[in-house]
Amino acid sequence: MSEPKSTESLVDDHQVHTDPAAIDELEQAASHEHLAVAADGSVLGYRGGRTLRLRVELARQLRRRRTQLVFGFLVLLPFILWIAFEFGTSDNARRSGGFVDLATASAPNFVVFTLFASGSFLLPVIVALYFGDTVASEASWSSLKYLLAMPVPRHRLMRQKALTSGLLSLAAITLLPVVALLVGVIFYGTGEAVSPTGDAISFGDSMIALVLTICYLAVHLTWMAGLALFLSVSTDAPLGAVGGTVLVSILSQILDQITALEGLRDYLPTHYAFAWADLISSDPDWENITKGAFSAIAFGAFFALLAWRRFRTKDITS
Amino acid sequence: MARISRQRVRWLVLALVVVVLGSAGLVWLNSGDAPTRVDTRDQVIPVVDGPARTERVDLDSTLYLPAPDRLPAPAIMVAHGFGGTKQSVDSDARELAGRGFVVLTWSARGFGRSTGEIALNSPDYEVADAQQLVDWLARQPEVVKDAPNDPRVGVTGGSYGGALSLLLAGLDRRVDTLVPVITYNDLSQALLPNSATTATVPASPAANAFADDGVFKRSWAGIFFSSGLGGGGADPTGDAVEAGTQDDGGSTPGGAPPTDPAPDGTRNPAATTGTAGIGPCGRYRPEICLAYAEVATTGRASQRVIDLLRSVSPATVTNRITQPTLLVQGEQDTLFGLDQADANARQISAAGGPVKVIWYTGGHDGGRPGPELREQLGEWFDFHLRGVGADPGTSFEYAVQGALRAQGAPSVRTVTAPAYPGLTGGDPAQRRDLRIFGQEQTVVNPPGGYPGAISNMPGLGAIIGSSSRLANRVAVDLPGQSARFTSRPLTAQLLIAGASTVRLRVAASPQLPAPPGGAVLFAKLYDVGPDGVRTLPGSGVSAVRVPALPADGSPVEVTVTLPGIVRPIEADHRVELVVTTTDQAYATPAPPAAYQISLIDNPTLAVPLVSGSRSGTGPPVGPLVGIGIVLGICVLAAVWGALRRRRSIDVDAELADVPLVISNLSKAYPGGVVAVDDLSFRVERGQVLGLLGPNGAGKTTSLRMLMGLVHPTGGTIRVFGHKIYPGAPVLSRIGSFVEGPGFLPHLSGRANLELYWAASGRPADQAHFHEALEIAGLGDAVHRRVRTYSQGMRQRLAIAQAMLGLPDLLVLDEPTNGLDPPQIHQMREVLRRYATTGRTVLVSSHLLAEVEQTCDHVVVMHRGRLVAAGAVEVIVAGGGEATFRVGDPQAAAEVLRSVDGVDDVTVDGGLVHANLDGLPRSAAIGALVRAGVDIEQVGPRRRLEDAFLQLVGEEPQ
Repeated sequence: MSEPKSTESLVDDHQVHTDPAAIDELEQAASHEHLAVAADGSVLGYRGGRTLRLRVELARQLRRRRTQLVFGFLVLLPFILWIAFEFGTSDNARRSGGFVDLATASAPNFVVFTLFASGSFLLPVIVALYFGDTVASEASWSSLKYLLAMPVPRHRLMRQKALTSGLLSLAAITLLPVVALLVGVIFYGTGEAVSPTGDAISFGDSMIALVLTICYLAVHLTWMAGLALFLSVSTDAPLGAVGGTVLVSILSQILDQITALEGLRDYLPTHYAFAWADLISSDPDWENITKGAFSAIAFGAFFALLAWRRFRTKDITS
Repeated sequence: MARISRQRVRWLVLALVVVVLGSAGLVWLNSGDAPTRVDTRDQVIPVVDGPARTERVDLDSTLYLPAPDRLPAPAIMVAHGFGGTKQSVDSDARELAGRGFVVLTWSARGFGRSTGEIALNSPDYEVADAQQLVDWLARQPEVVKDAPNDPRVGVTGGSYGGALSLLLAGLDRRVDTLVPVITYNDLSQALLPNSATTATVPASPAANAFADDGVFKRSWAGIFFSSGLGGGGADPTGDAVEAGTQDDGGSTPGGAPPTDPAPDGTRNPAATTGTAGIGPCGRYRPEICLAYAEVATTGRASQRVIDLLRSVSPATVTNRITQPTLLVQGEQDTLFGLDQADANARQISAAGGPVKVIWYTGGHDGGRPGPELREQLGEWFDFHLRGVGADPGTSFEYAVQGALRAQGAPSVRTVTAPAYPGLTGGDPAQRRDLRIFGQEQTVVNPPGGYPGAISNMPGLGAIIGSSSRLANRVAVDLPGQSARFTSRPLTAQLLIAGASTVRLRVAASPQLPAPPGGAVLFAKLYDVGPDGVRTLPGSGVSAVRVPALPADGSPVEVTVTLPGIVRPIEADHRVELVVTTTDQAYATPAPPAAYQISLIDNPTLAVPLVSGSRSGTGPPVGPLVGIGIVLGICVLAAVWGALRRRRSIDVDAELADVPLVISNLSKAYPGGVVAVDDLSFRVERGQVLGLLGPNGAGKTTSLRMLMGLVHPTGGTIRVFGHKIYPGAPVLSRIGSFVEGPGFLPHLSGRANLELYWAASGRPADQAHFHEALEIAGLGDAVHRRVRTYSQGMRQRLAIAQAMLGLPDLLVLDEPTNGLDPPQIHQMREVLRRYATTGRTVLVSSHLLAEVEQTCDHVVVMHRGRLVAAGAVEVIVAGGGEATFRVGDPQAAAEVLRSVDGVDDVTVDGGLVHANLDGLPRSAAIGALVRAGVDIEQVGPRRRLEDAFLQLVGEEPQ
């Protein structure tokens, strides 16, 4: 290198070069190594079923800033709510029997409140983010084609991506109530869980209800996961996939507000979003929960199959 | 072709889905919710009533008929509430007619356009009228008959109308079933209640003492009476809240009462009937008017008045009701509380009638039955009049409104018990003793009874009753007038369902003895939160009159039945019993008095509990089966996909050593654009092959098809004999760089390569990171984020990535774009040396010079087609062809044609082209010189360049 080295931040192409010795090394290595080939035509050491393992894909996703920010926010949210309640408790008379009273009655109630507050927007957005971004962002970085040419079989790529997004979403859905429970236990104690319908269950039973609630939320949000995945394989713009999914969710919620639609609303994917509230009961009513699970699984499977079909036949041009 | 048919399949599937969804939607829309046609027929039905059946009255009535194909049908009589007309039950009638019943509504005598005077459901008047309406129904051909002059008929009605349904059912066997809603059992107890007794209280959950000599419920009685004068209905107008009702600020149920409930001008009875004017008695029968005047003036009722009120009460006939009865009562009702329905249920059950009881969230202070409850009433009639649907049974359902609320959340649930407790042959109501504490306290009745405590505001019922929370909070007790007895904070939730009882000791104070009428007290039960906020559930208050208190101050012990309520008392809340001397809703004695109130020893509150399950137990089967079917479809799809992939393996063993064979490859996009057209070529081991063509020639598309990224529309690609398809395992022998680098921008260059290799799942020692990174030559920059790289650095990193694992076939698309000349030179060296190891390199470029200098073989493409293919020197040199630049081209051509073995001689301006076919150029030059032709220049004919320049020239870049 004849030129004097410029400052670190201005490294440009001119300081980048291939040493002649490097070419010798490459030739040496290449002439000594000739790998055997398997019957299916693959090079020794390659197996389609071992490509893009969960550990690798998780590492790829967990090192992204947006993943870390989402988890950080979910940990902070219960604390923010607690602070908000502390500031809002000066007027005792106004609290009674209302929103705040319900939320601060006990730790399980604080969890329920946190889930109510985040159930219609925050959690769906997180699921839409993880599923909508997963393939579309690879396409926008142009790295998708290199994964597929590696080759990661397409069905496997989609499956591994979906599994990773699912794990991240599940972690998010679990993290929020668990942190809220910790905050609740510290500040509001391990009292009875009181449902909005006035039913009360013991703290121990409420823990079972909480686990079931997390399960229901995970199942309920599969419809968003499916839709986001479909949009994700259909577009090269991650924002389009995430935003599109969230828009559909908001549209569904708006339609759900129109009571004149009556029974038609049962077919909206968000109609049973809060069916898990039925679990906070000494004698849970399983009807809405089952219907909600069916609705979500049906929508989720429909969109997932659509996504699979789309991705299988798609020409990758990004 | 495959592409087109796939497209067609897609449209077919879409069309099928649309058709299926559309027709399902239509079937569904037509199957229920759409309003069905209801015809109405107005008529005036003359009846004759009175003790001697001599008084003629014309009843204004409407008959609602369902669709003609559902006739004849059973009939339902819907009676209206006090102060209403047949118009006020129009919507209920239409709903029932929509279910397929013939529905009769009428304005009761003294209301609306009907003539006659109000007799308060007297058996001689209103009930006699209704019996003649049953006769009339029996004459209608649209009505199903059980026997001649015996129509199949049910009766329902709210409040005043509900009482009529009970009286009619008790006095007329032809009534098949009845649904009285928010009505009374004994009007004397409803308007003059006394909840204290020394006798035992019945075993049902909401039983009231119903003792004699009650306290006048002045405010409600006044409202009731004035609505009979034309002052508007006393009945609730809005729907009560139900499970799933969205709470939008409490304005849904109730709301302001309509200003004119009778739009047809019937408000002023004189205008239409010509009978009595609006005198002090309005359209009341004189005995009713006088009785009211007496009670309202004195605050006490004489035995004559009590007898009159009893005679028009359902209590007189309930011992004769054996028809199936559905009693619907409201939990927000300070006029006809749960105790009234409780008494009806006990009496009907004792008479042998099957009774189902529903307590809902409304009432005279809350609202009328909501859509779900009305549906339930409809199902009751469906079963009992038509035999359609499931048996509603004789269970007991009560709605529980949560004490705490979340925004927009359902706040009502329904608890179902197998039967109403305490009925004949059933178990008594379960009661839990809740210990309460409190010293003896003195309460004073102020002179004139004012100021008084406030428990409820009947006149505002329709407005504040719409928000039961608000209504429950208006209660005010005044110091000095109230005694308080409180429980400890509860450790677990207590769901009170019914009327609690408590035993109290009341003693007169020697200084201020009780007035002649006895001590008047009011007892109520508060829910007190941990922050001290007190809620009076249901706004309920029990009026108590203890007739004879010894003047010496010795106490009298009485059992007080508290108001019937449904209220979950949460943990940490307390229950507080308050006994006051005043209540503004009641007429209290004017003389001042003082009483000592105390509890008995070991005082407890006997709290009724009704355990039950939530309605609808167990998960519904339909959705569960649906979940199974959906999951099954997913499994089938996965199996089908796996089978498909297994079948796609296709190997040509003869080509096992040939890196790449492309045959008849085509790619046409749906818009008709043909990117690659019938392309065929072959690449041998050790070659550095250049794919040359101007931009848009189809090079990149061909390479994408080679990588399995783009589906060909025709032809095949074989790599080492294996057919290429998306994800073909043989792709693992190819290293590729196609149309720009693709890295995760948030990771460093090295991390990108490592994760790339990790994603391939191959052993790390096969990667040769060191060699590849040396080729990229990025130095320390390899540890920086790719986001900060220049275009050239990314390009080099991408080529290094393609070389990871030392692939047998290296495919590079425009690898030198963005590199500077020294780097380009190095890159050529790398590729040439790489090919010498027995590997193959495929390079695409739009620059001829690039290909000439890098490659040993070339394939030229233009507009998706193959133009030329072969060794670079052959194609560049053009074989034995030569070009001569001469002074006289014609002469030179002549000369060359005469030379043996030379052919294809053409003249092109100042140039002459000829195929020397092995003849040395010097021999040709000699011949030309000998012929005297001037030669300026001789050289090989550069056919490729000509052609290529021509092609490139056509495509302005």
